[in-house]
Amino acid sequence: MKTIRNRMITIGVLFVIAVLNILPRSTPIRMVNPKTGQMEDTTERMVPITLGLDLRGGVHLDLEVDQSQGPVPDCKDAIDRSQKIVRTRLNEFGTLEPVVQTNGNCRLSVELPGESDPERAKRIVQQQAHLEFRITDMKNLLRDALPGIDKALKDAGVRGAGAAAPANAVTQLFGADSAKNKKKNAKAAPDTGNTVGAFSSVLFQGQLPGEYLVPLEQTALVDSLRRLPAFQAAMPRGISLFWGTETVARGARSYRPLYAVESKPIITGEELEKATARRDQVNNHSVVVFDLSRRGGRIFAEETGKHVHDYMAIILDTLVQGQPPIINDQIGAHGQIDLQNKPLADAQDLALVLRAGALPVRLAIVDEQSIGPTLGADSIHDGVLAGAVGVVLVILIMVIYYRFSGLLAVSALALYVLFTLAGLAGFGFTLTLPGLAGLALSVGIAVDANVLIFERIREELQHGKSVRLAIDEGFKHAMSAIVDSNVSTALTAFILYLVGTGPVQGFAITLIVGIAASMVTAIFVVRTFYLIWLQRRPDMTTVSI
Amino acid sequence: MLRLFANARYDFIKWRRWAYGLTALIIVPGFVLLLARGLNYSIEFTGGTEVQITTHDRAIDAARLRAALDAGGLHGAEIASFGSDTSFMIRARLGETNSGTQQVVDSTVGAVRRALDAGVGADRYKVQKYEGIGGKVGKELQGKAFLAIFLSFFVTLAYLAIRFEWRFGLAAVLATAHDILTTIAFIRYLNLEVSLVVVGAVLTMVGYSLNDTIIIFDRVRENLRKFRRQNLYDILNLSINETLPRSILTHGTTMATTLALVFLGGEVIRPFALVMTFAIFTGTFSSIYIAAPILMYIEKRWPGEDARGARVYTSPIGPAPAAPAAPAVPAVPVAASGAPRTTPRTKPSPAR
Repeated sequence: MKTIRNRMITIGVLFVIAVLNILPRSTPIRMVNPKTGQMEDTTERMVPITLGLDLRGGVHLDLEVDQSQGPVPDCKDAIDRSQKIVRTRLNEFGTLEPVVQTNGNCRLSVELPGESDPERAKRIVQQQAHLEFRITDMKNLLRDALPGIDKALKDAGVRGAGAAAPANAVTQLFGADSAKNKKKNAKAAPDTGNTVGAFSSVLFQGQLPGEYLVPLEQTALVDSLRRLPAFQAAMPRGISLFWGTETVARGARSYRPLYAVESKPIITGEELEKATARRDQVNNHSVVVFDLSRRGGRIFAEETGKHVHDYMAIILDTLVQGQPPIINDQIGAHGQIDLQNKPLADAQDLALVLRAGALPVRLAIVDEQSIGPTLGADSIHDGVLAGAVGVVLVILIMVIYYRFSGLLAVSALALYVLFTLAGLAGFGFTLTLPGLAGLALSVGIAVDANVLIFERIREELQHGKSVRLAIDEGFKHAMSAIVDSNVSTALTAFILYLVGTGPVQGFAITLIVGIAASMVTAIFVVRTFYLIWLQRRPDMTTVSI
Repeated sequence: MLRLFANARYDFIKWRRWAYGLTALIIVPGFVLLLARGLNYSIEFTGGTEVQITTHDRAIDAARLRAALDAGGLHGAEIASFGSDTSFMIRARLGETNSGTQQVVDSTVGAVRRALDAGVGADRYKVQKYEGIGGKVGKELQGKAFLAIFLSFFVTLAYLAIRFEWRFGLAAVLATAHDILTTIAFIRYLNLEVSLVVVGAVLTMVGYSLNDTIIIFDRVRENLRKFRRQNLYDILNLSINETLPRSILTHGTTMATTLALVFLGGEVIRPFALVMTFAIFTGTFSSIYIAAPILMYIEKRWPGEDARGARVYTSPIGPAPAAPAAPAVPAVPVAASGAPRTTPRTKPSPAR
């Protein structure tokens, strides 16, 4: 019969397309070679079904433009630029298929499948990597402005923190300091030493011009003072304050250095062209060596030439790295950042983010997930086992209840699973754990269409119709119920997809693909089976149903 | 051949008041409990940090973990065993005041780790999974979940209004609303954690329950055309009985898969599977005992062309519901196997 042949051809074509979709294929991937640490292009054969992070393990981060320090005017633009930079960074990060997507106007989603070190991933993604070189306050403009700042604070109603730092603490520290250093720190004693200024009382002169030390417990106070408008107005023009990274111990107390530097950087990381990590041969420190662009090199040489014997602060993300070194001579296009005793891996990561460029805004993490690879494997195992048991139960029920017709439905079910997987692979959807559950569930729902048809055929047979007519009528009458019920389920699944996130979307997708596949198999494929069966046994008077 | 519930003639509609009572018995205490104690929302909705660990040593139990966390300054963290006695879920929720900022998400995860490193030993446990969510994201997700439920209602109502008639659509949506209420009560009884996936299960349940209602209504629609003189009460009963074998079988197969997921699918998927299993019960129940009687009630209040006899059978002035039900039973036009169905056409309808 011609219709049967056409139907068989259609099923055959669908089958071939489905099989082609899920056959393992060679995918070019770029990943770090564990032996050499270099990025390499390789190909790997794999089944093209993307597993969600909950199944393969990995790190998921949602980041939002940090507006806590003040509103960011163009969120969308900032996040678009951040996306490009984060993507560049992650391409060298060493995981397979990192996903970086914008999510709404101010949000960025990052997925790192298989990554097991969330802390490192967070550093790489979040680090702003804003590099600047600034000359320290060589003329002691800040020190000269201290009385003015104290007065401004007093006028603004800020009381001196006399209780927390008694006036004699100043002299104490200075004594200890001058004992250690030959620098003439006494000169630095502010005029307000006796009257306890709110700011000057927590500030002690450091070793270099522009370096001040703040007792560790007073750093929060200093931060709150710095935010006051009165303080900002009284700051000397052309001078900015930055915290240092290291804490300094002086006797029993710890101090954090605060640097007064020129407001205008002599150069920024934008001019950076190359950055690599290595270990310094002399002191075994981890260092990042960088090269500037030609233009950058020219500017840098010119500026450093003007500032020979000055100190230069290297500021990364508003923190002064180590103690500012002295400029002995003109510096060209080549320089280095000393990370002291930090591990080399940190230097490598810093080099990576410097190469990729600075983020235009600060990104705050609003959602983070890290799933161990063993957990994912366990989940797959459990999900597949449960799914398999469920399917076996469905097969048993169908075959026992509907006998040969049940067998036809079950063989269509095999096609159904194949089509669903092919659909997931073909459209590039991600299979998640809830998706796996949805798949198992949809097997139960998939036979519903067949149940409806078979029950209908039974009813028609009961009404005394012939086998052929009963089958025709059964399919015909069951159709409206099948279409209506499936469309309404698909509609809810579609809403779930639109509104849901991550795993829930995975579930919705699996359900929708499953419904589509079940419509094809239960109606078209099973019908074809029946037609073949009827053709081979035209004289059939009873049907095994 | 094997046939279950074939040619059944149960008078389902007769029992509708009992069904309402039963369903109220489930919903009302559930919601009293809900108001008193609230739902157990996952950190996806509340914001907070969840750390799943496995210990390498059975001696480390929840009490020991709690001691370690308390020592680390994390008071009030929830600790639950997760599937086995070496697997634990630690949950530290964030306060309302400082939620949403990155520092809090970061520091809570860090604080849990530091507390465990100090109190248990870094080499004696392993972090399998952790999740930290800012409170702002949680609020957004909560809003999205409600939006999803609302939208799915609206869309299905519209679809049913197009495919059937608004009365059918309204009855189906009300039955589905009933299912959502019983399912929320069920979630509250078992104190299941309401995560995004569980909300997904509730929404799937919406689809599944509608599916079931639609199958019956489809048959009602067909029978209304077929038996022009039959009253609605009998048609509803007839349709439910005719679709009964299908209901039993489909729910059997679906239940087989959800139960397999409950018992074998693992800890993560279990709440989802439990909700789905209950959903199959309640979806079937509501399609028969809620959707059909409500359709009858709606036809009585706002009679359409299908409102045959609805007035008589549900009017409080009319005979008690049980009385017409008795003669209605033989009226169900399912004749003996194989015999042509002729009786309904000749049977005079009591409604006319």
